[in-house]
Amino acid sequence: MTSQLFFQYLVAGITYGSIYAIVAIGFNIIYNTTGIINFAQGEFVMLGGMLAISLHSMLPLPLAIGLAVLITMLIGALIEIIFIRWLKSPSILRMIIITIGISILIREAALHVWGEGVRSLPYFNGNEITTIQLWGTNISPQVLWVISVCSIIVLLLSIFFKYTSLGQEMRACAANRLAATLCGISTKNMVTFSFMLSAGIGALAGCVVSPITYTQYDSGTGLAIKGFTVAVLGGLGNSMAAVAAGILLGIIEAFSVSVVPLAFQDAISIALLLLILFIRPHGLFGSKEAAGLKDF
Amino acid sequence: MRRFFLSAVTVLALWAMAIFIALPTAVAQAKSIKVGAILAETGGASNLGGPEARTIKMQVEQINAKGGINGDTIELIVKDSGSTPEKAISFAKQLIEEEKVLAILGPSTSGETMAIKQICEDGKTILLSCAAAEKIVNPVAKYVFKTPQKDSYAVKKIYMEMQKMGIAKIAVLAGNDGFGMAGKEQLEAIAPEMGIQIVAAEVYDKGATDLSAVVAKIKANTEIQAVVNWSIVPAQAIVVKNIRQAGWNVPIFQSHGFGNLKYVEAAGAAAEGLIFPAGRLLIADTLPADHQQKNILTQYSTEYQTKFQEPASTFGGHGYDAIMILAEAMKKAGSSDSEKVRNAIENLQGFVGTAGIFNFSPADHNGLDIESFAMLTVKDGKFVQYNEPPVLKTISVVK
Repeated sequence: MTSQLFFQYLVAGITYGSIYAIVAIGFNIIYNTTGIINFAQGEFVMLGGMLAISLHSMLPLPLAIGLAVLITMLIGALIEIIFIRWLKSPSILRMIIITIGISILIREAALHVWGEGVRSLPYFNGNEITTIQLWGTNISPQVLWVISVCSIIVLLLSIFFKYTSLGQEMRACAANRLAATLCGISTKNMVTFSFMLSAGIGALAGCVVSPITYTQYDSGTGLAIKGFTVAVLGGLGNSMAAVAAGILLGIIEAFSVSVVPLAFQDAISIALLLLILFIRPHGLFGSKEAAGLKDF
Repeated sequence: MRRFFLSAVTVLALWAMAIFIALPTAVAQAKSIKVGAILAETGGASNLGGPEARTIKMQVEQINAKGGINGDTIELIVKDSGSTPEKAISFAKQLIEEEKVLAILGPSTSGETMAIKQICEDGKTILLSCAAAEKIVNPVAKYVFKTPQKDSYAVKKIYMEMQKMGIAKIAVLAGNDGFGMAGKEQLEAIAPEMGIQIVAAEVYDKGATDLSAVVAKIKANTEIQAVVNWSIVPAQAIVVKNIRQAGWNVPIFQSHGFGNLKYVEAAGAAAEGLIFPAGRLLIADTLPADHQQKNILTQYSTEYQTKFQEPASTFGGHGYDAIMILAEAMKKAGSSDSEKVRNAIENLQGFVGTAGIFNFSPADHNGLDIESFAMLTVKDGKFVQYNEPPVLKTISVVK
């Protein structure tokens, strides 16, 4: 393999990886405060993309994206308030089933609003054939956008969860709901807030990946599966680990193409997920002790 | 009192029932004929099934507004298969056994059609498929017809163009659905006789989000002079984008599954210069006025565009052909008897449709010849007739 080809695969892998990672981060936020997996996360990604595409016909791109993120956050909050907030001590399983229901609901609603067609946002810089030369390989500027948005989100999130009181309150909720309540934290508000935050991040992800992957009413599902794989791979709840795991998975997938036919790409990533679940259920970068304390 | 009340209720109920029983007989005077349609309005093939469903509904409305066929109106029952063979199978059974339809229009994709081919044959129900694979009508099944051109003709048309351009070694990328797999088989089967060698072949998932890795893989093979990208799913636009993003100026041939302007929009600037075979619907306005299909093509595409505010696609055209062939056969047969209509379709000659001129026979349930295809390309985001190579200013095999 020539060095040029090596970098070409590497770049492809990083592209896949950062798309997966940016979706995985959304899973982690809700998991961090509620201990549940929000299976409607993929739909937030789709909604963000779709809303931005619709708004872009009237507004300039940055405004359209900003507004789409805000609207999706609002939808996230509404969903939590309508479907989850009023439940009295809901079990984990019940909340997960609810999120699956919500995902189907959003998907069908999107089908009615936007129809079955494929749409996409324009490339943020250049167009479909613009590339930047890097280490002798070509890379689309949009990939750089995905990577940088992904890293900025991770950076801001880790600061938010570590150093702000709101972030610490959210983490307290995840660690022990009862203790958090006793400390005077409104756990219900924290859950609503986490839905808003993950909806917003999902929507932003949906906007930056839309030019590469396209957006369709059901495109959230596929992204969610990969995002979930990556979240589990890295260790649920850890955004930094999700990025590392995402890029690792992306690179493995890309290089797998060089040896086996493309058709096996997904089989490899799912096989990897199963392997991790058997050997290291707490993820590649998670700690066994911490995982042991959680319900799920 | 109570007894009076009870008997009053009973009488009322009987009266109501009588009305409901009487109603259908009153309607039956002007007979309505049930026609089913199984189309991929949603799912991966929605760029096919969507236009097909809209077109067929529009045509049935028009037919009924003009007083129907032989005095009977058509009652259209459209089922959305979601692009999945499983749903197509259950809908086919439902339409045949419960609704007892005269004919089924669709499905949109080859995979779905192959899944219900035998069901329609066993149920003695006419199937007018809107899907392309040759195996739908080869071997011939008594009740199964199809309106799009055969994929083997598309392959030959592409290979003929390659011969003109002096291309001998190619890579094949195909979608992993029925259309893609059937096309890949045809590409591999016909290549030797046309002097073409397939040096790399890959299959991609319809839900693929980025395909730059596989593009890197085939690009590394310097023998490759052209790429054939055979698919009907939106991911086909991703392939094209990734090839151009890799800075690879190789000629790209698409299948006739590219004939929807939505795919061009999706691929954007990367779609420029793609070469693909398609029916003449997409270039209706540039056809000479004396072309046999000119009238029908311009009429259909204007009607579709005015009604649905989107450009007509070849797929909507396949739906148009399916319903119009059925209507013509019902007229010719002078009845809605399933056997008579089937015979009428099989003997239909010189029927001008959107895909070409249909000449059916007991041995040919497609009725189109290779001339029904024209080679098209994309220029400034529009479909135009493809004339002279080179398309791109700098076609060169990248070392």
